[in-house]
Amino acid sequence: MAPVLELRNITKQFPGVLANDHINLTLEQGEIHALLGENGAGKSTLMNILYGLYSPDEGEILIRGQVTKITGPTDAIRQGIGMVHQHFMLVPVLTVAENVMLGEESTRGLVLDRKKVASKIRDLSQRHGLEVDPGIKIENLSVGVRQRVEIIKVLYRSANILILDEPTAVLTPQEADDLFGILRSLRDQGVSIIFISHKLREVLDLADRVTVIRRGRVVGEMQTAGASQAMLAEMMVGREVALTVDKETASAGETVLSFENLKVLDNRLHVAVDSASLEVRAGEILGVAGVQGNGQTELVEALTGLRPVQDGKVFIAGQEVTNASPRKITECGVSHIPEDRQEDGLVLSFPVYDNLIINTYYRPPFAKGMVVNEQAIVGQADGLIEKFDIRTPSAAVPVSNLSGGNQQKVIVARELNRPIKLLIANQPTRGLDVGSIEFIHQQLVHKRDDGAAVLLVSAELDEIMGLADRIAVIFKGKFTAVVDADDVSKEQVGLMMAGNSLEEALANAPKRTSKERAIVT
Amino acid sequence: MAVTTAPATTSLGAYAARRERRKTIAYGIFFLLVALAIALLFVRNSAPGMESTFKLNPTTKEKVITLNDLILPTQAALIVLAGIISVIGLYQLVKGFKRVVIVLGVVALLFVFAFLIWAVRGKSINLLGILTFTVAAATPIAFGAMSGVMCERSGVVNIAIEGMMLTGAMVAVVFASISGSLWLGLVGAVISAGLLGVFLAILAIHFRVDQIIAGTAINIFALGITSFISQRFLQPTPALNSGGVFAKIAIPGLSQIPIIGPVFFNQSIIIYILFATVIAIHFMLFYTRWGLRTRAVGEHPRAADTLGVNVFKIRYLNVIIGGMIAGVGGAYFTIGSVGRFDEAITAGKGFIGLAAMIFGRWTPLGAYGASLIFGFSDALQARLQVLGKTQVPIPSEWLLILPYLVTMIVLAGVVGKTVAPAADGKPYTKD
Repeated sequence: MAPVLELRNITKQFPGVLANDHINLTLEQGEIHALLGENGAGKSTLMNILYGLYSPDEGEILIRGQVTKITGPTDAIRQGIGMVHQHFMLVPVLTVAENVMLGEESTRGLVLDRKKVASKIRDLSQRHGLEVDPGIKIENLSVGVRQRVEIIKVLYRSANILILDEPTAVLTPQEADDLFGILRSLRDQGVSIIFISHKLREVLDLADRVTVIRRGRVVGEMQTAGASQAMLAEMMVGREVALTVDKETASAGETVLSFENLKVLDNRLHVAVDSASLEVRAGEILGVAGVQGNGQTELVEALTGLRPVQDGKVFIAGQEVTNASPRKITECGVSHIPEDRQEDGLVLSFPVYDNLIINTYYRPPFAKGMVVNEQAIVGQADGLIEKFDIRTPSAAVPVSNLSGGNQQKVIVARELNRPIKLLIANQPTRGLDVGSIEFIHQQLVHKRDDGAAVLLVSAELDEIMGLADRIAVIFKGKFTAVVDADDVSKEQVGLMMAGNSLEEALANAPKRTSKERAIVT
Repeated sequence: MAVTTAPATTSLGAYAARRERRKTIAYGIFFLLVALAIALLFVRNSAPGMESTFKLNPTTKEKVITLNDLILPTQAALIVLAGIISVIGLYQLVKGFKRVVIVLGVVALLFVFAFLIWAVRGKSINLLGILTFTVAAATPIAFGAMSGVMCERSGVVNIAIEGMMLTGAMVAVVFASISGSLWLGLVGAVISAGLLGVFLAILAIHFRVDQIIAGTAINIFALGITSFISQRFLQPTPALNSGGVFAKIAIPGLSQIPIIGPVFFNQSIIIYILFATVIAIHFMLFYTRWGLRTRAVGEHPRAADTLGVNVFKIRYLNVIIGGMIAGVGGAYFTIGSVGRFDEAITAGKGFIGLAAMIFGRWTPLGAYGASLIFGFSDALQARLQVLGKTQVPIPSEWLLILPYLVTMIVLAGVVGKTVAPAADGKPYTKD
């Protein structure tokens, strides 16, 4: 029997980049096939070609042995291809039923037949364990449930080829497990699934087969049964990668950062951080674990002077800095790696060398009185580019031309190149590939070993488990627990991130089995 | 185990509750101040024994049911109104209403009523006349608002409504004058404004020009070209500028209902077209395939695109229909009311229409309601001027500001936060 889907010699050239270079891929009936590759390897481009959003320069698509032209999503849907995008394609103010039927509406005469759609959704929900209320608006649903709606959307169109683009990026570990359960049951019912990811563990856990892409080329294809993480990582990156962070046990010193009863509002003036108290000591990494949107952003902004503190006090190195200006906080010896590197970390249109002095430009040697010292600035940049392995044609290139990983390295270079007492890193490796992640993790551990206190905020549980010496779990703006990293298992922290108390988590999830460090990809 | 649980803290809601309480008190104090204002400004300025008369019958022709005039003792009525508002204010202070925005609307209505009672002290006014004029004055505003709803729901900001109406107004009268048919005038208005819609759509959707700038350009163009044609051709040749006016049509049965009948159902055909338009847009937007797609495209065009919805087609269609609706509104200025075109005859009504659309939260019914409020302020200022300086010691220039003042107050956020369609004003690109 012909495979359900076959891509032959797919090639796509973007200005300056060969995104897909003669890619071949086959998808068999009823298998979960992982597409593994670093960011920018060309996974999404390939899937967008398959879904008709891009047209390939070369190559052909075969569906059940038939050469098929796909020129738009409508064609793809007609061929039974459904896609769950990395960023959900749901309209927040519409109901589940409206979102599901959009583009394929049931009508009676002119009028939308909401009842019929709702009953069809309930049907699909029951059959596949995708519980959701068809009448509720998307904006009132959690991320996990939204993803269920996306899958229902695809099933509603009777798709039998399902593409999921990095589906776990926004989920809690428990939600991801639920998703995997659903995907396995769909596979067992004959749906063929392409699962795009750069997380090795997930790929091995879920997929039957895996195709690895590097720089637009297929570098290997194998059954997951015989594969290991180290092997896949090496294929993906093209060199051997340290998947674990080597670090000694922390020797924590005196308290560097402390805050008590901190209250911070979000942009809609709702309480985002509620009576939070914490201490971070020199020489330790304190990891703040939590699902995105539980107040981490507001907490970090308040600590770095970017957002007013409503109530409570912040001390850094014994000095009160509640509602101090960002510059004053910086001068206390604080470095900040912000969550959104393009929005808050860099001035994208500025050259690399200017971005490297953007918080020290007013001080010698970069300034002489009112005048900046171009020579000193460019000179420092060349040194940092080498030291931090920033891949850029020159220091004069606008930072917007750099890849995400190298942009992040510019920030890391700027923030870690001074003597500091405290490093606040918010999602420092978000969206980066294994190679860059490895580098940045090493830098964080270095700073810790140099005696700095590190506050690491991350939604990636693996990252927290791999780096943190202590873990503070944040849920709905409160710290629900602060624990030693060695005392809890990943599953236990996962449960707490989902709102369970420490006691519940300890009782309901497996204990930490060994001292082994989690793998951080 | 080195485990520490975070200390129990005050409930998350405590802070929000404090804010809520402060807001409640502020509203209560505001209501009491309104009551005080009635007492100080109106009660003090009226003498006992004066009466305010409100006529409730049409001044013209057939009357099936004749209502008695509403005659109120001025001072007593004002005291009662001030009393009611004080009670509302006190209740708000002590307990607080759940839907305070609605109460705010009621208080505003009572205040306007008090103002009217005071303004006509010792005289009489035809309330029905004010209401009838309200519906008429609201009509062009409402057409503008409907045009805005059509465009913005699909994600295109149409600030060119004013220019489209202006063009429609002129084309209507010229076509009607030349052809001798008011209907051809109306068709001409629809086509000309529709063409401007096409132009806006091409700029905004195809060329992704900033929509505010594209709209402003159309407005300036429309103002220039209509003024030029008016000066150059219409003024020297009055025959081009006298198309006549659609006659009022009384709808049998409906027009006989007391108050509502003469106000809503004895009007120009264009006003009936408006009613049909409002209802049709409401139905289409919320109950049909086209409406669902329009709303999706206005909120999250990429999501719609990935499901095979043609974002560009929907936007083009909506903007062009929006232009045509604005054209009908424009025609109302000339062949719907005065019968001739004057330079800048639309006098900013297109912009007020946009305000009405926002006030009505991008819904057709809400936007029509808002248009009626703006229309009422227009009608009120006209009538108050008629009553004269001694009766209403407010300079007429100030009264003329009233409709615009109401617009500004409304837009300054009296209605609370309004949320535009998420993709409103953002051009869509397929990577």
